Amino acid sequence: MSAQSTTIEVSSKRGTWGGGNEPFKASYGKLMMWFFLLSDIFTFAAFLITYVAIRVSYPAYEGSLEAFSGSNEYWPVPELVFEALPFLHGVHAPLVFVGIMTFILISSSVTMVLAVEAGHRNDRDDVVKWMLWTLFGGITFLGCQAWEWSHFIHGTEAGTVMTYVNDLNRVVTETVFGANLIVNEYGPASFANLFFFITGFHGFHVTIGVFLLFLCFYQAAVGEYDRRGHYEMVEKIGLYWHFVDLVWVFVFTLFYLI
Amino acid sequence: MQFQENKSTLKVYPKDTEKIKKIWKTALIMALITGAEFIMAFTMDRGLLLYFLFIVLTIWKAKYIMMDFMHLGDEAKPLFYSIIVPLIFLVWLIIALMKEGSDIFLLRW
Repeated sequence: MSAQSTTIEVSSKRGTWGGGNEPFKASYGKLMMWFFLLSDIFTFAAFLITYVAIRVSYPAYEGSLEAFSGSNEYWPVPELVFEALPFLHGVHAPLVFVGIMTFILISSSVTMVLAVEAGHRNDRDDVVKWMLWTLFGGITFLGCQAWEWSHFIHGTEAGTVMTYVNDLNRVVTETVFGANLIVNEYGPASFANLFFFITGFHGFHVTIGVFLLFLCFYQAAVGEYDRRGHYEMVEKIGLYWHFVDLVWVFVFTLFYLI
Repeated sequence: MQFQENKSTLKVYPKDTEKIKKIWKTALIMALITGAEFIMAFTMDRGLLLYFLFIVLTIWKAKYIMMDFMHLGDEAKPLFYSIIVPLIFLVWLIIALMKEGSDIFLLRW
């Protein structure tokens, strides 16, 4: 049992220069999770900064908010694009749904820290309870994002008249509904492309996170971590889950607020 | 038999209410910051000042997530710096791509 537990103390078998010294005082798994997250920070940062770069290359919308209509001549105002709610058709509720999504993800991050805290105390019942809540939050968030995408793709009832170059390389003027990778009713094509790409990549991370959370929940519930003698896996998966929340905080600001 | 093996052999420590309280307090602060961002989105005029405030509040929230939720502050100092210091490269990326974007704007419009 003791051979499997997290050894943070200096190994007696190796000298200081033979790997016996551990300046980071963290286990291999946790360290690698941190460095993986650092590389993922760079990936997401590159995407988000690209979003900003493309955004500043388009003029901002100047008119009044009431008179707003989508056009590929200027960047749309986000609170007028993301203003729908499920089950409430036609209700103008700017940013309410995405606010709920943010709240769900931050809450699931909080329950995750509570699971990690319970893991430090070897309290299996608490770990299982908080992992289940986190799992619930993660799945709800994914469901919300699926609805958000579906609404974004199908668009509004009225649509917008747009002049654009279609997939046959012809300039056409027609009413556009919703969004795809060539044209969208909200703004320039890059707007929808960046939305799909960045929130999609984030959603992909959340999906992987949900799988990992389930794995962790299951292993905790069947007593795998008790056999190992430590709950370090909860901590490592917790790091990943908090990272997903961290990225969402930035996605939320750049896509929905600014 | 199965159930007996499944029983925990580890010592379960009592709850540290101080620590749990701190987690909920951080959660409350994050909820308040997000709430403030919402209010600002609807009450303030769109412009550089508002965007600046949004970004400051976002980084403030990110600090809470990294320091309190991911416990980066409690890690050994070399680990802390090996995560934080490389982020300095992003400063260059932001400057370069913002310049690029605004130059494209000048060319195109």
